[in-house]
Amino acid sequence: MAKVTFRIERCKGCRLCLTVCPKKIIAIDESTLNAKGYHPAGVTEPEKCIGCAFCATMCPDCVITVER
Amino acid sequence: MSIVFQRPHALIDKPLHYCPGCTHGIIHRLVAEVLDELGIEGTTVGVASVGCTYNSYEYFNCDMVQAAHGRAPAVATGIRRSLPDRTVFTYQGDGDLAAIGTAEIVHAATRGEKITTIFVNNAIYGMTSGQMAPTTLIGQVTTTTPFGRKPELHGYPVRVCEMLSTLEGAVYVERVAVNNVQNIRKAKAAIKRAFQVQQAGLGFSIVEVLSICPTNWGLSPEKALEWLGENMIEHYPLGNYKNVVLPSDKPASKE
Ligand SMILES: Cc1ncc(C[n+]2csc(CCOP(=O)(O)OP(=O)(O)O)c2C)c(N)n1
Ligand code: SF4
Ligand code: SF4
Ligand code: SF4
Ligand SMILES: [Mg+2]
Repeated sequence: MAKVTFRIERCKGCRLCLTVCPKKIIAIDESTLNAKGYHPAGVTEPEKCIGCAFCATMCPDCVITVER
Repeated sequence: MSIVFQRPHALIDKPLHYCPGCTHGIIHRLVAEVLDELGIEGTTVGVASVGCTYNSYEYFNCDMVQAAHGRAPAVATGIRRSLPDRTVFTYQGDGDLAAIGTAEIVHAATRGEKITTIFVNNAIYGMTSGQMAPTTLIGQVTTTTPFGRKPELHGYPVRVCEMLSTLEGAVYVERVAVNNVQNIRKAKAAIKRAFQVQQAGLGFSIVEVLSICPTNWGLSPEKALEWLGENMIEHYPLGNYKNVVLPSDKPASKE
């Protein structure tokens, strides 16, 4: 059991979390804009998350919280 | 379930003003995680420099001062000598530390000041929109080297760790990078050790962190990380340049 939470109002859409996710379950949500004007990142298939925290380690803006 | 990753307490909960994907954000977080782990947020004084991170005093939860361009090691020296029970660090870019501040860092290091320097090398002047830095690579295009850096015209890139490790007062010198998860973990371990070396009163410690400036490199954050891995590390090899034994180090096993 693992859970990642994205605080999307802090996301800058830089895509760095996407590049490191071993499960390739993070994507940019092109249908949403946050208040800063960025398309935020989010998890597409949350049940596949293994809670490795690679995404959070790579995120420059502390958007991601990981529970396991 | 319990939380395995969240914002460290020593990093104030506000949005960073850095560009998307700028790894200054990662390096801030690593310093803050170390302050949390060592339990020294309340007894640490950070010295911000001039560069994109000039107002990092807005982000770190410890006491902070901001120094004139290149002068952070001198300010840190004054603070550490007058308040010897504090842990004092500088956070400086390559323009700040290796250009206008070269004399300051060399002399703070050779005096063996008990301070820690976090030196962020992104091979460019980020804040002022992308001029050549002393650390800019040969061939690298910047606004002041539009045809690439040429040694006959612009000289050679400065290797700060190699240079400072020749000084007796510099006791812990390490170069790390934040281009992937594994290297980020090593970077944190190095930053932690640098602070511990200071706390043990052993001398000057510095961690050079190879970092990206996607905006002024003209690359996406992803491509910028690749560029770091493929070009910067070759000229700036990662690893420890100088080490010292800490009281907490486990004695080497006899086998
Ligand atoms: C005395 C003085 N000279 C020049 C400047 C202009 N200036 C501001 S930041 C900077 C260089 C910043 O580059 P770096 O230290 O590499 O930081 P980065 O923004 O890349 O993180 C310069 C030259 C200044 N502010 N003060
Ligand atoms: S915790 Fe690991 S598996 Fe889960 S989203 Fe982040 S990188 Fe992917
Ligand atoms: S690394 Fe952080 S800021 Fe960048 S896209 Fe992912 S969540 Fe957003
Ligand atoms: S200009 Fe470069 S160093 Fe400055 S915040 Fe933007 S990406 Fe980071
Ligand atoms: Mg710079």
